Amino acid sequence: EDELEEESEESEVRPESLSPEELEMLKEAVYERKKLVQGLRGKPWPMKEKLVTLRESQEFVEKYEGALGKGKGRKIYAYKVMMSKKWMKFQRDFENFKTACIPWEMKIKEIESHFGSSVASYFIFLRWMYGINMILFCLTFGLVMVPEALMGRPYGTIPRKTVPRAEAASAMDFAVLWDFGGYAQYSVLFYGYYNNQRAIGWLKFRMPLSYFLVGVGTVAYSYMVVIRTMARNANESGVGDDNSFNFSWKMFTSWDYLIGNPETADNKFASITTSFKEAILEEQESCKDDNIHLTRFLRVLANFLVLCCLAGSGYLIYFVVRRSQKFALEGLETHTWWERNEVNMVMSLLGMFCPMLFDVISALENYHPRVALQWQLGRIFALFLGNLYTFIIALMDEINLKREEEKIIKFNITMWEASLYNATGSENSTALPVTFHPADVPRGPCWETMVGQEFVRLIISDTMTTYITLLIGDFLRAVLVRFLNYCWCWDLEAGFPSYSEFDVSGNVLGLIFNQGMIWMGAFYAPCLPALNVLRLHVSMYLQCWAVMCCNVPQERVFKASGSNNFYMAMLLVILFLSTLPAIYTIVTIPPSFDCGPFSGKKRMFDVIQETLESDFPAWFSKVFSYASNPGLVLPFILLMVLAIYYLQSTSKSYKEANVDLKKKLQTQNEENKRKNKLAALKAQTDLEEARAATQTAEQKNNNASLQHQHGETSSFRVKIKQRISFSPPAPRTLHPDTHRSLGYLPGGGFPQQREPRMHRVPSLQRH
Amino acid sequence: MGNKQTIFTDEQLDAYQDCTFFTRKEILRLHGRYHELAPHLVPMDYTNEPDCKVPLALIVNMPELKENPFRNRIVESFSEDGMGNLSFNEFVDMFSVLSEMAPRELKAIYAFKIYDFNVDNYLCKEDLEKTLNRLTKEELTPEEVQLVCEKAIEEADLDGDSKLSFADFENMITRAPDFLR
Repeated sequence: EDELEEESEESEVRPESLSPEELEMLKEAVYERKKLVQGLRGKPWPMKEKLVTLRESQEFVEKYEGALGKGKGRKIYAYKVMMSKKWMKFQRDFENFKTACIPWEMKIKEIESHFGSSVASYFIFLRWMYGINMILFCLTFGLVMVPEALMGRPYGTIPRKTVPRAEAASAMDFAVLWDFGGYAQYSVLFYGYYNNQRAIGWLKFRMPLSYFLVGVGTVAYSYMVVIRTMARNANESGVGDDNSFNFSWKMFTSWDYLIGNPETADNKFASITTSFKEAILEEQESCKDDNIHLTRFLRVLANFLVLCCLAGSGYLIYFVVRRSQKFALEGLETHTWWERNEVNMVMSLLGMFCPMLFDVISALENYHPRVALQWQLGRIFALFLGNLYTFIIALMDEINLKREEEKIIKFNITMWEASLYNATGSENSTALPVTFHPADVPRGPCWETMVGQEFVRLIISDTMTTYITLLIGDFLRAVLVRFLNYCWCWDLEAGFPSYSEFDVSGNVLGLIFNQGMIWMGAFYAPCLPALNVLRLHVSMYLQCWAVMCCNVPQERVFKASGSNNFYMAMLLVILFLSTLPAIYTIVTIPPSFDCGPFSGKKRMFDVIQETLESDFPAWFSKVFSYASNPGLVLPFILLMVLAIYYLQSTSKSYKEANVDLKKKLQTQNEENKRKNKLAALKAQTDLEEARAATQTAEQKNNNASLQHQHGETSSFRVKIKQRISFSPPAPRTLHPDTHRSLGYLPGGGFPQQREPRMHRVPSLQRH
Repeated sequence: MGNKQTIFTDEQLDAYQDCTFFTRKEILRLHGRYHELAPHLVPMDYTNEPDCKVPLALIVNMPELKENPFRNRIVESFSEDGMGNLSFNEFVDMFSVLSEMAPRELKAIYAFKIYDFNVDNYLCKEDLEKTLNRLTKEELTPEEVQLVCEKAIEEADLDGDSKLSFADFENMITRAPDFLR
């Protein structure tokens, strides 16, 4: 590159006059410059230097790129250059556009500055969930709901799409609609509405296939997104809990640079101070046992109490669900509102009060706050999980009931049809087909729609409970504290009840479980993702407002970073656990005979078989049948298991190598320290000896031959340089302790030039 | 897109986009903030690259920096004269490094500069003591401060010169899970 620049100064560069190697070098130089420009952002140079370098490089590239283009194949080269420039411009515009599109960015930044990064991490999580749900919504809406609504048979044409005569009177009532009965039930919102016609409309859209694939696709997409995010987080965070840099990290990374609010800053200072004091205390005293038996007993007691709570809540839910079945059999109108909505209310209330109970119980345990938080999260997780599964088990009972009912209804229908034919039996078999209004046909019980409805009701009541808790627990409390404070005996703001803090972990868990319910129910109620999108949208605005208006920054400001992957892991577990029931029902239970896109099939996944046979060319199904042959599938599974085992063992060996390297680094570090200590000590003793010797030597001979000593001095100077080579000149801060050793520094101007010279003398004297 | 702004030429904006992590809109917004700090000093028209600097005292009053205990050091380490008076270039540079799009390595370099109070390219004990006192608003006793600084140096110092060079600092900070904030 340099010689080319020289050349350009001397004469104009003609690419034809350059030899191939020089051409190559020129190309490489241009390429290097381009890379430099791309990486300019990440360079730690001052801005002016960056701008100058940028301009220079761009000029260089333009000059020589144009010149290069004059050689052979220049048209193609010039075209390539132009396209790459256009592409870069397009990329930049697209990046600009993308950043402008991120919703709620300013809101979240404001919250971040007031409350720190842990509260903001909840809102970022909420936004991420919103994105996922949006995609799920687009899938279900675009590929399932819209085709059926546009191209399927309209409302009222076939029995499954019509409100039965018996219910028609109340089908428009708000109470019924709110319960998702009536017209809401017989619409694209639920499974039961869909017709099992194989291809609908002029597009020949394969409705049942699409329904099935969308169901599978939502789960697959969710898995992919969650695992990808987990992998990305794992990359960034690196080694998890490394205790080797405790104090350094506390010092350099504990301040949250995003804080812009004085109150939060004060809290942050206080919490940093406390954390330092704690660490110092831990460092100073050895671990005190402090009556370990009592602590252990208390912890066992606390866990026992928690287990009792969990068992109690599980039984309560089961009891309530069975009771609601009884009520349903007796007819819903005879019961009060509470009895009708018992299940959902009980589940929501349990979700609200049990965590508080766990909090109180955990006071017995006396753990470190971070450990206590993890236990708390684990227990709430177990609570929600237990509740959800009890709910599902109760649902399964109902499903079985409905299937029993189905058999009876099937029998009834044949009788009814026979009676209809008999009534018009005077006409012969060539008569017109019997016309009857679809609303009059006796209907089979549709357990899929019932499941969908249950989930939708659960989500709605959960949402309502959350919002009402928010309004009462946070807003009303804040209003009371603010206005009653003027006329109350004690300071409401400082003591009880004071303003509430934003419960990050509770809210995140709520969000995760909500999502689990969506995943569970989305197959039976395609409207669930749409409902969730709406719910998250409203939640975002409501909670942003509530946080800024009613909450105060937390006293113990915990970092969000470590918990990020924890929340993702929980999400993954929930995803797995919530798709299990859906998959079980799809695979084992036969679909209802007269509702839904799979009616009439023996199993829901038969639709795949049907598609393969009828829609694909013959050879495809042959290939597929070969591929699904157990003889092929089993070895494939074996191969995958072996691959997993192999990857696991390599990753283990990498981890071990990592630990080894760390140990080596540590020992090297200690070695260095030891060596330097020795060197410093030696230098100190040398200095003292030399000082002592100076006085004696000065008295003896003042006219020692300088040439002799000069040579020794210079060689000695070199030796000293080597010994303390890594300490560069420190002109200002000479620490009082190390002053003597630093006196040897060459940059220090050699204030005591005699010492090196005199050092030799004692040794000579000794010999 | 589509609105004609006359603060910067297009080449200037493109150059800024290449040298920082900001988009066009963000750079214009930054200029607005910079102008707000000192409306009489900062011209609205930057096309001829005027040379004006906003003094330290005005910059550290920005709401984003006001509560930060290291605000003075942050501004000083980005200023050319070391006194904390920033031209617009340096202003943009500072926020680019502090933004969430800057990579860890770049942040580590500047973090080192920020915590190096006496600007000697080493984090010696006084630097650490000053950092700690700023962090805890001097709530710790002197013995506690001493203990913490000694422990920190002991943990991170690899070459054993009882102060932290950039290599030590970088080695320690890249493993920290909380660093990016």
